[in-house]
Amino acid sequence: MSSLSIELPGLSLKNPVMPASGCFGFGKEYSQLFDLNVLGSIMVKATTPEPRFGNATPRVAETPGGMLNAIGLQNPGLEKVVTEELPWLEKFNVPIIANVAGSTEEDYIRVAERISKAPNVHALELNISCPNVKTGGIAFGTDPEMAKELTEKVKAVSEVPVYVKLSPNVTDIVKIAKAVEAGGADGLTMINTLVGMRIDLQSAKPILSNRTGGLSGAAIKPVALRMIYEVSQQVDLPIIGMGGIQSAEDVIEFFYAGASAVAVGTQNFVDPFACPTIIEELPELLTKLGVSHISECTGRSWGKHEQLAYHRA
Amino acid sequence: MRKELCEVVSNLCIADSIYELTLSGAMVNEMNEPGQFVHVKVSNGLDPMLRRPISISSINKEEDKFTIIYRKQGRGTSLLAEKRPGEMVDILGPLGNGFPVEVVAPKETAILVGGGIGVPPLYELAKQLVNKGVKVISILGFQDESAVFYESKFSELGETYIATVDGSYGTKGFVTDVITGKRLNGDILYSCGPTPMLRALEAGSYAPRVYLSLEERMGCGIGACFACVCHVKDDPNGHAYKKVCSDGPVFRVGEVAI
Repeated sequence: MSSLSIELPGLSLKNPVMPASGCFGFGKEYSQLFDLNVLGSIMVKATTPEPRFGNATPRVAETPGGMLNAIGLQNPGLEKVVTEELPWLEKFNVPIIANVAGSTEEDYIRVAERISKAPNVHALELNISCPNVKTGGIAFGTDPEMAKELTEKVKAVSEVPVYVKLSPNVTDIVKIAKAVEAGGADGLTMINTLVGMRIDLQSAKPILSNRTGGLSGAAIKPVALRMIYEVSQQVDLPIIGMGGIQSAEDVIEFFYAGASAVAVGTQNFVDPFACPTIIEELPELLTKLGVSHISECTGRSWGKHEQLAYHRA
Repeated sequence: MRKELCEVVSNLCIADSIYELTLSGAMVNEMNEPGQFVHVKVSNGLDPMLRRPISISSINKEEDKFTIIYRKQGRGTSLLAEKRPGEMVDILGPLGNGFPVEVVAPKETAILVGGGIGVPPLYELAKQLVNKGVKVISILGFQDESAVFYESKFSELGETYIATVDGSYGTKGFVTDVITGKRLNGDILYSCGPTPMLRALEAGSYAPRVYLSLEERMGCGIGACFACVCHVKDDPNGHAYKKVCSDGPVFRVGEVAI
């Protein structure tokens, strides 16, 4: 048995590494560079009921060790995703995690109900944490009661397990995690981007047309690790960790913090081969660390008294 | 498209803050259309982290070399300016769709209009057009005399005019002043440069066929991240879009809203 294969609700993965939503489109572009079959899963771009153009440009701005983006959930809409993008991905032996977004509760329900029926969609990622849209998104992810209710309603219509993507832009992320757990979530993905901004030296105006954007990249890794460390010990849900992962070593660090799988986001832009490279390097790193299976790494940083039921299984 | 460590052959300052970087690598064999670009990782560190999109100015398949020209402006391009011959640079490319050469016939006249750091991709275009027997007229605009580069290289390929904003060299004013003043006519016009210049060319109907190369802040450079998206011309507020990196950067005039 491979030292990398893992089982999570709805997901039997050959390895725990996948590109993060919004950083990989629907896979077509990267398929020109490498065989997508090597990936554990693919978190495809957020899908809303209707097509969305997104925000005006500039939509990205660079920061030391990271980048700000304010794409604004641009996507071709549910119909096209279900009839064109997802069927195209069927030729790969890769379970898909569909990122579900919207402006209203009804939007989320509509997308979840239909997209969860797609044969290669094995789980949903409920996006209640996008910081770049005027309505919806992060509004659902920063209020525990709204987060719980939306999770319940999406769970009621989804035919596959639901992972909720948490926002780091809250005072107490554990509170939100517990709320979505109570709402019936099957897992968590965390973290989404941190709200930030940059200002142009000449014009004295924000660089992003949206003024603010979501910070991602290596700069946010310590924040992600701390939040995963806290949440993983307080809830009984598996966590797909993300936030600044660049290397196989970073992957292990996320597992130590409490993650059971990981997603690679911004690093795909820096190195389009980031995911396959990490997947290739992991077995050797595990051997070096004296670990026979990667799942043994989950939660290793916790104190003994802190270990919880799900992770002991 | 491939990712490759390319060796620096030379990295020369050719005008005020303008550098000509010649690289050696197998990816040159995939470079055919003028106007494509490469995505350059200027450092192995985290600042800057993202790649820099820079257009290809010259392709030399016989010697496995290609040239890019950039303006030393921010942190990334300052680091790039420090690269010495023999150093390796991580390049992703060639990317995007360039200027169509097949749409123009031998003996026809092409007008090439470049502005500042938009001039470089027109050089490979001029070479390929001349090879095909097309008459090339180049109009190159710069801020001032210190910023002028490649005048003699373009002159070797055809009539070449220089305009500077302050009049310190060539015609005082904009490239459009040269086209109007000299009554230049062409069967086709190709351009790359600042957006206001492209808008003026779009509005001016200077040739029956016009192709423009756009610039936008990019993330991935291959069409996955939706950072460099623009509206299409006939649906300027709708959902239809084009990605500058992978649908462009060159578009036929009227295709996208600029």
